[in-house]
Amino acid sequence: MSARITFRDLTLGYDRHPAVHHLNGMVEEGALLAVVGPNGAGKSTLFRGIAGLLKPLSGGIDYAGLDRRHIAYLPQSADIDRDFPISVFDFVALGLWRRKGVFGGFKAADHHAIEDAISTVGLSGFEARPIGTLSGGQMQRMLFARVILQNARLIVLDEPFNAIDSKTAADLMALVREWHSEQRTVLAALHDFEQVRTHFPETLLLARTPVAWGATRDVLTAEHLARALQMCEAFDDAAAPCADADTPQAA
Amino acid sequence: MTFSHFLTPFTDDAMRRALVAVVVLSFGSAPIGVFLMLRRMSLMGDAMSHAILPGVAVAFLLSGMNRIMMTIGGLIAGLLVAVLSGLMTRVTDMKEDASLAVFYLVSLALGVTLVTSHGSSHELIEILFGDVQKIDAGALYLIAFNTTLTLCALAVIYRPLIMECVDPLFLRVAGRAGALAHLVFLAFVVVSLVSAYNALGTLLAVGMMILPAGTARFWSRDMSRVILVAILSAIVSGYLGLVLSSAAGTPAGPSVVLMAGAIYFLSMVFGPAGGLVRRFAPGRHLEA
Repeated sequence: MSARITFRDLTLGYDRHPAVHHLNGMVEEGALLAVVGPNGAGKSTLFRGIAGLLKPLSGGIDYAGLDRRHIAYLPQSADIDRDFPISVFDFVALGLWRRKGVFGGFKAADHHAIEDAISTVGLSGFEARPIGTLSGGQMQRMLFARVILQNARLIVLDEPFNAIDSKTAADLMALVREWHSEQRTVLAALHDFEQVRTHFPETLLLARTPVAWGATRDVLTAEHLARALQMCEAFDDAAAPCADADTPQAA
Repeated sequence: MTFSHFLTPFTDDAMRRALVAVVVLSFGSAPIGVFLMLRRMSLMGDAMSHAILPGVAVAFLLSGMNRIMMTIGGLIAGLLVAVLSGLMTRVTDMKEDASLAVFYLVSLALGVTLVTSHGSSHELIEILFGDVQKIDAGALYLIAFNTTLTLCALAVIYRPLIMECVDPLFLRVAGRAGALAHLVFLAFVVVSLVSAYNALGTLLAVGMMILPAGTARFWSRDMSRVILVAILSAIVSGYLGLVLSSAAGTPAGPSVVLMAGAIYFLSMVFGPAGGLVRRFAPGRHLEA
């Protein structure tokens, strides 16, 4: 089973307004792709579409046989009820959901796997703490531990390094590199161009429509970035139906 | 009130049945209440308890004060309102709380109109606030059956329900289990309400759910312990409520809920998990 996904003239949006407009292209198995672009460029919308949370307005995503359960999706501001009485250990254990289901028991090996994931993200000692007592950075570390346990072929991270300190960001980035080396497909929305240049071989610059997609050094040029900033305008409530909709561009 | 009043729930025949009823109810209602509270749906339980009234009323019109029929009627009305308001939320722009409010207000008005048009105000009071003296073996079996069913269902949906509470998006990516668990949960909110209505009446049935759950939240930050404390406090308030009811001659429903309320306020003051004493006199801060 491969983790290659193909966008076929994909348009995603809300209430008929496109937020991602006519996207074509392929993310190869094992790719480490940064998705960059100004606020409102459609990065989160694209990721929601990939995770299956948003139906395309037109076009589609071809998962090449990849089961939805092999997708790990980490939203930008995870909608987590921090007051819920659950420990860090139990929360991370939710990552085993698709293997354990409703009744599956947790064996000693599973306990080790959970402990390992927690220590990998540097949260050893926090196992019994209620999740409400974690700081923002610790919360993000915990969410990464859950992603580890999900053991997904395709990992989609929406601005995973926002509002966390550089030490945490570096630790988590190392984890992303490790997933890359394990041939998992990783997509991450990012704002830090330095980080993208250092760690991500491939970049998609999105400004509702794709501005550039390819090797990072070819994409992150001053000219491309200037164009991306221009293209991000507000929704036009009086916009006419898109003429392109019935004439898909060639892939 | 004398010491003998504390023994009444064990000696008097009708009271003994009432005691069994509230103890059994505690096992089903309290865990449901914990989930309602954690999902911030406490008032939704209240609305649903109003919604079962017209079903009870129609059954009352058709068969008189027949508890089995009235329970079935309440069950049908409650599930209907739950499904209709859920449907209304999906097909229109109305939010779930607003559409539920619409349905339960109409239901309550309809129910009261139906009962008073053919019955006495005494019967209305009995339906609204319950009468433990009237609990017979049939009602007890019904309560036991519903509670057993509720506990089995909760055991099955426990994991997805917790995930749906703490991180709904995670489960939506993984499949449909979350929505399914939510639906089953709603159905069993209605089942619990309907069985609690037998003892406490339609209006206060939800008291056996929410108050013990709120109490438990002040005693622990661990899910299984929260549920355990909720069940225990529901049992204790049920017993004390019956004692109060027999001593003061008050209706059982309000007495039980008053006792649950008293336990809640005590817990709010003294509870170790976020209680007032802990909050305002936390002791010296720690080293690390």
